[in-house]
Amino acid sequence: MLTIQTPEAVMFWVLAPVAVLAALGMLLVKKAVHSALLLAWVMITLAIFYIAQDALFLGIVQIVVYTGAVMMLFLFILMLVGVDASDSLTETIPGLRPIAITAAVGFGGLLVSLIGRATLGHGAVGLDSANGAGNVQALAKLLFSTYVWPFEVVSALLITAALGAMVLAHHQRTVARPTQREQAIARFRGDSLGSAAGLPNPGVFARHNAVDVPALLPDGSAAPNSISATLKARGDMLDSAQFELGEVDNTVTEEK
Amino acid sequence: MNPYNYLYVAGLLFTIGAIGVVIRRNAIVVFMCVELMLNAANLTLVTFARINGTLDGQVVAFFTMVVAACEVVVGLAIIVTIYRSRRSASVDDASLLKR
Amino acid sequence: MVTSTSLVYLIALPLFGAAILLLAGRRSDKWGHLLATALSAGSFGVGLYQLSQMLSRPTAERAITQKLFSWIAVGTFKVDAGLLLDQLSICFVLLITGVGTLIHIYSISYMSHDENRRRFFAYLNLFIAAMLLLVLGNSYLNLYVGWEGVGLASYLLIGFWNQKPAYATASKKAFVMNRVGDMGLSFAIMISFATLGTVSFAGVQAASHTASKAALTAIGIMLLVAATGKSAQFPLQAWLGDAMAGPTPVSALIHAATMVTAGVYLIVRSNFIFDAAPTAQLLVVIVGAITLMFGALVGTAKDDIKKALAASTMSQIGYMILGAGLGPAGYAFAIMHLLTHGFFKAGMFLGAGSVMHGMNDQVDMRRYGALRKFMPITFATFGLGYLAIIGVPPFAGFYSKDAIIETAFNAGGVKGILLGSTALLGAAITAFYMTRVMVLTFTSKERWEDDQHPHESPLLMWIPMAILAIGSVTTGFLFTRGHALVHWLTPVVGERAEGGKVLLQPAVVSGLALVAVIIGVAIAVSKYQLGKVDSVAPQNVSVFTRIARKDLMQDSFNEAVFMKPGQALTALLVKGDDKVIDGAVRGIAATALGTGSTLRRTQTGFARSYAAFILIGAIVLIAAIWVVTQ
Repeated sequence: MLTIQTPEAVMFWVLAPVAVLAALGMLLVKKAVHSALLLAWVMITLAIFYIAQDALFLGIVQIVVYTGAVMMLFLFILMLVGVDASDSLTETIPGLRPIAITAAVGFGGLLVSLIGRATLGHGAVGLDSANGAGNVQALAKLLFSTYVWPFEVVSALLITAALGAMVLAHHQRTVARPTQREQAIARFRGDSLGSAAGLPNPGVFARHNAVDVPALLPDGSAAPNSISATLKARGDMLDSAQFELGEVDNTVTEEK
Repeated sequence: MNPYNYLYVAGLLFTIGAIGVVIRRNAIVVFMCVELMLNAANLTLVTFARINGTLDGQVVAFFTMVVAACEVVVGLAIIVTIYRSRRSASVDDASLLKR
Repeated sequence: MVTSTSLVYLIALPLFGAAILLLAGRRSDKWGHLLATALSAGSFGVGLYQLSQMLSRPTAERAITQKLFSWIAVGTFKVDAGLLLDQLSICFVLLITGVGTLIHIYSISYMSHDENRRRFFAYLNLFIAAMLLLVLGNSYLNLYVGWEGVGLASYLLIGFWNQKPAYATASKKAFVMNRVGDMGLSFAIMISFATLGTVSFAGVQAASHTASKAALTAIGIMLLVAATGKSAQFPLQAWLGDAMAGPTPVSALIHAATMVTAGVYLIVRSNFIFDAAPTAQLLVVIVGAITLMFGALVGTAKDDIKKALAASTMSQIGYMILGAGLGPAGYAFAIMHLLTHGFFKAGMFLGAGSVMHGMNDQVDMRRYGALRKFMPITFATFGLGYLAIIGVPPFAGFYSKDAIIETAFNAGGVKGILLGSTALLGAAITAFYMTRVMVLTFTSKERWEDDQHPHESPLLMWIPMAILAIGSVTTGFLFTRGHALVHWLTPVVGERAEGGKVLLQPAVVSGLALVAVIIGVAIAVSKYQLGKVDSVAPQNVSVFTRIARKDLMQDSFNEAVFMKPGQALTALLVKGDDKVIDGAVRGIAATALGTGSTLRRTQTGFARSYAAFILIGAIVLIAAIWVVTQ
């Protein structure tokens, strides 16, 4: 018969609300990177829950595979895709949000109510006897005996997924990459000669030459082309006006 | 305390994941919410393994993880492909079925 | 029955020619007509060889067969594609290939200015092949193939100049009216299969002794319908006049000598059915009698030389049908009149073509006159045909037509007197309208237009006319010498009962017929030779003339009785189809469309709204579990 020790109860009551809050935060934060970090925290919490529940192997796998590999993959793709309007939290489909929240609350309520009502017909058993020779050994015995066939199938699935990802990510070039010569011709044949000499560098003619500060045109206005589009979309562009000198010292001091 | 409490936590996490899938527009966040739902399911499996005193639940949870890893690989590849052609990671922009 | 392997060449030669000419296309323009004529002549040669072989065998073994291949084999029902050449078929084979070859020769010259002459010869060869298949088939089904084949060839040739809408319409009219008759033939075949279980001539003949009278009568009537369609007999006669739209050699070959006589062949070939079904036989005589008067009356009013000859053809075939309907006594005479008619009518049509050739394709006889001086050969050949058709001794028509009139008189009772009188009256009218044609064309005063310069036709055209004219003089005498043709055909059509009660002696009938002919000729001569003939048909004429000019209202009748109700029915059906059937279909479609456009609103294309639906579905599922486990 399973008895739950006090340390586990303490751990649960501390970590469980934090995990739920982190999950809620995932929905509410604006930046996807923050969502990913909160999710990583929920996963680590779950790993701790697994270990606490005598699933040592799964707990380690949760940390290594999920938190380590999968979440890093998510972050990696986030960096690749960059930032755009999809991060906005305003709802564009009318009526969807109230429906979704009402439905989800009803769903959660019913689920919790069902769990509360359910009975197994026996008390909690605990894994002390099943884990007798150690959790990893017992799992291995099951995996390579009863579940050997699903295990093999899953390995095939992994290979297929790897191949699928390669196929999807493979980009077939249909036209030759333009040479420098062709690019130069295109610049000069373009609508305007404004960019014929190349785009202006950021920070030129300014007191600040960081990449997030637009260059100034001769009339003193900011040159939009001088900043990377990603920085602009993310709102990370600084206003070059803040670096203007309040007063220019025009006096020429002659050195003696 | 009672091991069923883990189940309540799993139910809540699953519901939160479901809301996230519906209301978030960034395809990557939607995908992360799906992962959250999968993790919630895993938690119930592990908990039931403990309550029943057999390791089969843990084995199934293990398989779920492998399948989830495959799903992430392919899913992210699809997101990258869509982003490449549409310059957007919003699930609403990929609404070509409408017309 | 003796089997042979050479019968198929009769059909294969012209069929081969048609295939070559049609497939080779314009490449064969230079030599196509020569090849077609040579193959037709070759087929005639094979026919002569078969005749010589047949004559060398004893009477009982004269019929020969050839099995080509097993066509249909379903259970106990077997039809072979087989040929049968007997005493009846050989007459037709020689007529078709012989007259056909002459007309091929004639057409070489007649069609020499037509750029599609090669196609014309291809169709002619196709016609010869189909007609030979018709008379050589050993079952009704094989006959049916040839029957449809000649229908096709006739359609193609009537509409040969289909750039003129009227000609194209004429070919369609012929085709559609023939379909009615063809339907009769197919019904006859079906009834025969259903009741007798066989469709071969030999099988049906054997079964006709035991079959029920009702079935045989039904088959007979259906065969008669088929014959009326193909042979332009009442009530399906309206197409023949319009069929004159085709080139004149076609009118001579198909619409005078051969194809239109296929109905007579069918009835004579089916003699065993008609002998066993008196009701059907009576209908045959009635149809024949009506048509011979009908055609003769129409012939008196026509100013178009080809249409006058077409009406005459209709009338003469009426004589043949009448003869064929008189039973064993008349079959041989019907065939004899068919053969002699094949000669003199083909000759006259070729003569008409020659006249048109010399008169810038003018067909109105009121624009002819005095052509005797300019076309002496045409006048001579046409005149011999004319003497033959009106039945002047010793020309062919005298023997064959008088035999039919005599047989009609001797049919017995009131029927015999009625039929005989009709035939006699028909002979008088025939003499009248043929004399009218003759006088208007050749002997009366000139009524030409200024730009016409009548001249004699070239050698290639008048030689066939001359040969046919010789045939119209001699054939009657040859066929009746010692009852040659009657005895020849006896194995096929049965023994004619001798020694019955004879109403009128042959000499009396001949005398009466001659008197009738003289009266007819005299009236025509006094009216057209001695009287004045307008070059435009006068309009202030009696109502009878007007009706006769309109083909005795046959088209108006068809239009009022069949076409108008048919169109009304079609319009009704179209409306019903549109409102009821299409309405239902469209209603279903509109309902589906409305439902779809309503449901479409849920299909926003946004994956997230679909996810919301999935969520709602999950709630329903959970709620159900919640309720069930309550």
